[in-house]
Amino acid sequence: MKISREDVLKVAALANLELTDDEVETYRGQLDDILTYIDKLNEIDTSNIEPMTQVVAASTDGSTLRDDVVVRSDVITEVLRGAPDPAPLYFRVPRVIEK
Amino acid sequence: MSAATTWTIPEVRAALDSREISARELVDEFYRRIDQHNPLLNVYLALSPERAYAQADRIDAAIASGDALPSLAGVPLAVKDVISTRGIPTTCGSRILEGYRPPYDATVIARLEHAGAIILGKTNCDEFAMGSSNENSAYGPVRNPVAPDRVPGGSSGGSGAAVAAGLAVIALGTDTGGSIRQPGSFCGIPAMMPSYGRVSRYGLIAFASSLDRIGPFARTVRDAATVMSTIAGRDPLDSTSASTPVPEYAASLGRSLSGLRIGVPDDYFAEGIHPEVRRKVEAGIKLLEKLGCRRVSIRMPNTDYAVAAYYIIATAEASSNLARYDGVRYGSRVPGGTLIEMYQKTRGRKFGAEVKRRIVLGTYVLSAGYYDAYYLKGQKVRSLIARDFREAFEKVDVIITPTSPVPPFRLGERTSNPLEMYLADIYTVTGSLAGVPGISVPTGKTSEGLPVGLQIYGPAFCEERVLHLAHAFEQAGGADL
Repeated sequence: MKISREDVLKVAALANLELTDDEVETYRGQLDDILTYIDKLNEIDTSNIEPMTQVVAASTDGSTLRDDVVVRSDVITEVLRGAPDPAPLYFRVPRVIEK
Repeated sequence: MSAATTWTIPEVRAALDSREISARELVDEFYRRIDQHNPLLNVYLALSPERAYAQADRIDAAIASGDALPSLAGVPLAVKDVISTRGIPTTCGSRILEGYRPPYDATVIARLEHAGAIILGKTNCDEFAMGSSNENSAYGPVRNPVAPDRVPGGSSGGSGAAVAAGLAVIALGTDTGGSIRQPGSFCGIPAMMPSYGRVSRYGLIAFASSLDRIGPFARTVRDAATVMSTIAGRDPLDSTSASTPVPEYAASLGRSLSGLRIGVPDDYFAEGIHPEVRRKVEAGIKLLEKLGCRRVSIRMPNTDYAVAAYYIIATAEASSNLARYDGVRYGSRVPGGTLIEMYQKTRGRKFGAEVKRRIVLGTYVLSAGYYDAYYLKGQKVRSLIARDFREAFEKVDVIITPTSPVPPFRLGERTSNPLEMYLADIYTVTGSLAGVPGISVPTGKTSEGLPVGLQIYGPAFCEERVLHLAHAFEQAGGADL
C-alpha cells in the first residue's frame, strides 16, 4: 500500500478540502492504483536529464515581458458583484482576528 | 433554410454577401435549432442572445452600408465554458463557479469578435476541463450527436458536439492532455491543438498552465485554419505567447503533398488499440501515401511513460491553480464557523469527484518528501518525451497516430475506474507534454458508424504544415474511408 488513510487526510488538509469518510476511502484506493502505476517511471534512469520547466524558450529580444505601465482597469464594481459576500470595497470573510 | 446550420465559414459569407440571409436571421436559425436539440444533447450551459444579436446587427449594418466585412463576419461561434466572456456566465462546468460572470473577455474572444464572429453561448465540459468523456460536468453529461447513447469525448465535449450537431459553425475548446483532439475524433470533425505559446491563454481559466492551449473545432480543416489565423499570435497579456509571425493558414492549403515524410511510430500501435481504430488509421496512412507522402517507421521510445508523467504534472499544476477557489472572490460559498472551515466546506462540497481526486493527487506529489520522487521525476520524463519528438522530426515532417485508442464509448461505461480512463489519453498526452501542435481529422467510421480520428503532429510552430496535410487528407475523402 503506497498511500494510507492518514496520508489522504493530511493532503486534504493541505488543500483545504473537506472530504467525507467515504471519499477518503475511495480516493485512498484510487490514488494507490494511480501511484502504483506512476512507479513505472522508476524504470527509466533520469539522473542525467534536466527537468523540463519551460515549454517555449524565453525570447531573447526582450519581448516576453511587456513594459510595466499602470493602466486603469475599472472593474472593482463588477468584480465585487460576483463575490459571494461583498462589502464594497471589500470581500467579507468569517472573522479571523479575535476581538 | 435549415441548411444554414450546416454551413461552413465561406458558405456563411456567401449567403450574407448575396443577401440570402441576414446575420440576425442566421442567429435566429441557430437559436431555433439549439432550442430543439439542446434538451437532449446538453451542449450549451448558457446562451448569450443579447450579445449575439448586438453583434449580428453590427454585421448587418456593415453589409447595408457596403463596408468591407472582416474574415469571420456573422459566423456563429460556441465557446467552451472555461474561457472568460465578459458578463456571460462562465462556470467551468463546476458548482464552485455557479453564477460567476467574468468582468473581462479572454484575448481569443476579443479577437474573434473583432473578426466578426457571433458568440452564441458557452458549452458544457468536464469540470475545470478534467476528463475525457464530459461525464465530469456538474451540469450533466453531453451526448454525442453522432450516437446519443455515447459520450462526445472530453473535456471539450460540448464544443465538439456543438459543431457536429450544427449548433454552431465553429467552436473554441481547450486542450491540456487531449481535450480538443479526442472530442474532435469522437464527434467526427477536425479539431486542432496549436503549439504551446501559439495562442494567448489570457482569460482562459487555468487547469495546468504549462499544458493548457486554446484551439478550434470546425466543420472543415479550412475553417479551422481561418480560426487559427484569427486567434494566434503574441499577446502582451500572456507572457508565454510567442512573437513568431502568424501565417495566413488558409492561404497555404491545397499545395501538393509530394515527398512529405510521414512518421508512423510503431510504439503507438502496440497494445490496447481497438482493432477497428487501428484499421481505419492504417487506411488513413495508405491514403496519405497515395497522395504522395512517404511513410517512415519511427520510434518514440518514452511513449509508455507519458501518461504517468502527464498525470503528475497536470495534477500538480491543477492543485496549485485551483487553490483560488475558496468561496471569497467569486462563485459560491458554503458558510463555516472559521475562515478555514469556510474554505474546506466550500471546496469539499462545490468541487466534483474528479476535481477533488486530482487536487488530492496533485497536492500529494508536490508535498514535502515526495516532490523529487514524483514532480521532479515527471518533469525529467517530460524532457525525454520532448526529445522523442525532436529526434523524430529530424527524420520526418509530421507524425501520424490514432487520436484515441477507442471509438466513442457508452455513457457510464468507463466512470468506475479513473486510471483506465487516464490510460486512454496515451496518444494525446505525448504531444501535450512536448508542446507541439496536433490536429485530429476524421478517418472513416467503425462498422457501428462511430467516428475514428487520425492525429497529425508537427514540430512546434509548424501549424501550417499540419493544416496543409489535414486539408489534403480531408479533400481526398479521409472521412469516408
